[in-house]
Amino acid sequence: MNSSKNRYLASPYLIWSAGFIIIPLIMVLYYAFTDYDGRLTFSNVSAIIYYVNIKALVLSVIFSVVATLFCLLIAYPLCLILTTVIKNGSSFLSLIFILPMWMNSLLRTYAWQNILERKGVINGILAFLNLPPFYIINKPPAILLGMIYDFLPFMVLPVYNSVSRIDKDILNAARDLGADSFDTFVRIIWPLSLPGVISGITMVFVPSLTTFVISDILGGGKILLIGNVIEQLFTQDSDWNAGAGLSAILMIFIVISMFVTAKYDREDIK
Amino acid sequence: MSNKLIDLQHITKSYSGNTVLDDLCLYIRENEFLTLLGPSGCGKTTTLRIIGGFETPDSGQVLFEGKDITALPPNKREVNTVFQKYALFPHMTIADNIAFGLKIRKKSSAYIKDKIKYALKLVNLDGFEDRMPDSLSGGQQQRIAIARAIVNEPKVLLLDEPLGALDLKLRQDMQYELIRLKNELGITFIYVTHDQEEALTMSDTIVVMNQGYIQQIGSPVNIYNEPENAFVADFIGDSNIIEGVMIRDELVEILGARFDCVDKGFGENNPVDVVIRPEDIDLLGPGEGALDGVVTDTIFKGVHYEMCVMSRGFEFVVHSTDYYPVDSKVSISVHPFDIQIMHKPESEDEKAVEIDE
Ligand SMILES: Nc1ncnc2c1ncn2[C@@H]1O[C@H](COP(=O)(O)OP(=O)(O)OP(=O)(O)O)[C@@H](O)[C@H]1O
Ligand SMILES: [Mg+2]
Repeated sequence: MNSSKNRYLASPYLIWSAGFIIIPLIMVLYYAFTDYDGRLTFSNVSAIIYYVNIKALVLSVIFSVVATLFCLLIAYPLCLILTTVIKNGSSFLSLIFILPMWMNSLLRTYAWQNILERKGVINGILAFLNLPPFYIINKPPAILLGMIYDFLPFMVLPVYNSVSRIDKDILNAARDLGADSFDTFVRIIWPLSLPGVISGITMVFVPSLTTFVISDILGGGKILLIGNVIEQLFTQDSDWNAGAGLSAILMIFIVISMFVTAKYDREDIK
Repeated sequence: MSNKLIDLQHITKSYSGNTVLDDLCLYIRENEFLTLLGPSGCGKTTTLRIIGGFETPDSGQVLFEGKDITALPPNKREVNTVFQKYALFPHMTIADNIAFGLKIRKKSSAYIKDKIKYALKLVNLDGFEDRMPDSLSGGQQQRIAIARAIVNEPKVLLLDEPLGALDLKLRQDMQYELIRLKNELGITFIYVTHDQEEALTMSDTIVVMNQGYIQQIGSPVNIYNEPENAFVADFIGDSNIIEGVMIRDELVEILGARFDCVDKGFGENNPVDVVIRPEDIDLLGPGEGALDGVVTDTIFKGVHYEMCVMSRGFEFVVHSTDYYPVDSKVSISVHPFDIQIMHKPESEDEKAVEIDE
């Protein structure tokens, strides 16, 4: 009787997901598999094999993998330090790392543009110190930096949650049974934090894969990621069918990473 | 039961200015079953954690077989702990949980397999190898925690309220099982509980603690029959603690009536505390005993009746197999050797007794 009541409570969510998730999804798929005249076609989807498109996709995957890796390498030790070394006030410190999330991401990205520009903040300081200038703007490192900075909180949050949820006595028990810090990490902390790591990876990987804003602003339009290609198809070429076709391809990648997450979520440790 | 296996010397520990243990001295002999008993927050767990190596004392030393191990990390100590909340590794099977310490020590897989089987048999959980911890009941998890600790053949097993989460029946079963285990394995047990009955049933030695001070160390019989102060008397079993005056050796005055007793050396006309166990009070007809009174309350407790008797403004708790209805007029009589005389607290240590009440 309780569950039928709960079903009513879920109805706003069902309406929401129908209106804003399911219907748009169907529309994307409809455009992807039809041409301008509404006839069934696979050419929009198969357009991925063109050199520009496949290059943009491969580049996107590489950028996303590298950005995700960096986020993990930064976030994981940080969370370990926050939960084990600095026990008091660690939630405050983690807040500081999550705080940028509350700022508009466009604003943050423009801020980086200002900092990295040829005559930007960094080069201003370098010139003042009589040091050679430092140009990474409009180059891959700038885009990577933007991705890492923008998406780091999405890694910190789940990893911090899973690491801080590990019972202190479980760690003590491992030490008690003879494990040194390394053993404790490999056998206890890492496997118990894996669900958080996996969801952190998807939460960074997916937006990195689809972003076009960061590559636009920090890449100066010179580096095309798959997101930029799709954006151009929609806005400059007004070719909704072609844009939807590539979006559908991109979705396959996202669905795969979701499946990986779901698999590990089911193995989540309560 | 010969030499000191663990020796705690002048241990002091405080958390942000709040002193939890103050100059604690305590030793544990080989093969002893020693219980730390005391109310919540008295520092039992802290003492255990210092022995286990999870906390460092602010001052003082921990000696193990005469060697100073105060700064040794837990993984280097020949001590294993059974944690209050089991602390099983949730991502490992029961077999992997038990094997954890052995794998760290790089034992052969045949040896590990044998040990797992042996340990599971010992705790009566054969066939649980492939189960996950969260599929076990509290009592079963508890036994796995014990199995996980003992396969490492520690010299000392530390147990922090291991039966706290279990129901009465299971707790009693586990008490017997623990004693059986201890006898089979011949390890030293340091056991923490706040359940006085459990302490009296299981221990060779009981250490009664309050507010970071040791109140009394002794055998269960000794602690029960001869509590050294009002705190111990009150904490161990029900008791009547009455202010009295020691008239002279072997004569004490309580509530204006004089009682013969067997205690000496408390001086003359000195104020003392007098402890009388509820089961040591005999109820007689009015005028026959030393103090007259009226029954104000009677509860049937199964084995006996628990009655309250009001006499000269003091309410005695009495356990008796004879039934007296409420409002009966009775009198109280006590055998001289059932009267326990205690000094009034004087020192700082003993004052801890009072604050807690
Ligand atoms: N890490 C800590 N930080 C601050 N105070 C602590 C810490 N650990 C223990 N204390 C304090 O030390 C005192 C003794 O704690 P301890 O855990 O030793 O009590 P206990 O006798 O085991 O009690 P219980 O029966 O409730 O488990 C308590 O007042 C507790 O609040
Ligand atoms: Mg405790």
